[in-house]
Amino acid sequence: MTQILIIGAGQAGLTAVQTLRGEGFDGAITMLGDESFAPYQRPPLSKAYLLGAFARERLFLKPDAFYAQAGCELLLNARAEAIDRAAHTVRLADGRVLAYDKLMLATGTRVRKLTCPGADLPGVFYLRDIADVDAIQPVFTAGAKLAVVGGGYIGLEVAAVGAKRGLDVTVFEAMDRLMARAVSPAVSAFYKTEHEKAGVKLLLNTGVEAFEGAGKIEVVRAGGVRHPADMVLVGIGVLPNDTLARDAGLACDDGIVVDRSAMTSDPDIFAAGDCTRHHGREGVAIRLECVQNAIDQAKHAALAMLGRPQTYSEVPWFWSDQYDLKLQMAGLARPDDTIILRGDPVSRKFAVFHLRDGKVAAVEAVNAGPEYLMGRKLIAANAAVPPEKLADMSIAMKDML
Amino acid sequence: MPRITFIDPDEGEHVVDIPLGWSLMEGAVRNLVPGIDADCGGACACATCHVYVDPKWIAALPPKGEMEETMLDFALATAPNSRLSCQIRVTSDMEGLVLRIPVDQH
Repeated sequence: MTQILIIGAGQAGLTAVQTLRGEGFDGAITMLGDESFAPYQRPPLSKAYLLGAFARERLFLKPDAFYAQAGCELLLNARAEAIDRAAHTVRLADGRVLAYDKLMLATGTRVRKLTCPGADLPGVFYLRDIADVDAIQPVFTAGAKLAVVGGGYIGLEVAAVGAKRGLDVTVFEAMDRLMARAVSPAVSAFYKTEHEKAGVKLLLNTGVEAFEGAGKIEVVRAGGVRHPADMVLVGIGVLPNDTLARDAGLACDDGIVVDRSAMTSDPDIFAAGDCTRHHGREGVAIRLECVQNAIDQAKHAALAMLGRPQTYSEVPWFWSDQYDLKLQMAGLARPDDTIILRGDPVSRKFAVFHLRDGKVAAVEAVNAGPEYLMGRKLIAANAAVPPEKLADMSIAMKDML
Repeated sequence: MPRITFIDPDEGEHVVDIPLGWSLMEGAVRNLVPGIDADCGGACACATCHVYVDPKWIAALPPKGEMEETMLDFALATAPNSRLSCQIRVTSDMEGLVLRIPVDQH
């Protein structure tokens, strides 16, 4: 009988459990998580859940009965402290020692924290888990002055929910455009307009210098100006939880290094999801923070643990909901890609295609389902499509190949 | 809570009660109905919650949105009665609704 231990009870951990059982594994599975909740969806946290439009019980990926039925022992409030690779055991913070034959690390990420003066003041929030949102909600009320630090997905999704809720929202972004790390300039410019239309104030090229207040946040000092604030939401990225792996001597490089079968530098230890650094289909070492990677890499980890490794080459995909705009992206863009605009941003429905060597490498689609879906297919197929054809709205996306 | 029946490809019936306002997909997942994968959690991004609607129920359901229409255009093994179960909110007049689950969602 084989014992599989999964550290991390999120999307990747759960997917591994499902895949292991789906593939007929009948050994023991134990999954541990350091939160008090069974695996749940994080994407709604900065959207419907923050808005109060989504009850907590709807966040859970599976009902509690699933774990018993799947024969998965789920240990919550359980933090792994050390891996003993020679003994094949993991020690928990409460002193328990768990044995494994195969170990999977699905430890996810933690938020990057600001270190400026006043960063510890009450009223400065981060958003990563259920507890974070539950702490934000009581003060997330109409009329409150909300300062958002970071104009990325999380910051802008919270800004959009805040504007809808009637908060007075200001976004501080150190770069010269929104979502600079994730989208092309045309998409950044479009979202800038949309947020401004909703009454959100956007301060680009504006890094935060300090927070001030007597006992709680009152002022954000940025660009040499003091901005009054009742609350702050910081969304400046995440860091991979790779300390456990690093301490165990596994290869790490801003993330747990895995090969394309999701194996770490130890053949009995695998890793999947946000915590990994891996070579994707493009052969470039990356860390992907998204549901797609958590699911697909976890499936690979499960198969590899069963002795049936597969080569990970899935096309990454992402989405972000802001206002009534659905931003859907696939593939990984590079700065030197050829950019093709399809449709008119003024219509609030358009797509940006990225061509590399004449082939579709990435797509960003706003309220444009066919462009996103067909784009994903074209990327997976390494398809070459003439730029003028992609831009021609009289040709339906399904006729692009 | 309307009572909804999911029929799997082996003709197994899964009868579940789904709270009003939840999606059919959420009800299926919550009740461990096999074959509703819902990878994206209901964001209309993956088409892994595809179902076939019993012909006599097609007209009773709210019409497809543009995004759902598109997702189905690109999904596997679709038919005119295909829907994405994440896009349909349960209402009181869905009591007795019957849905069939495809063989594979991927």
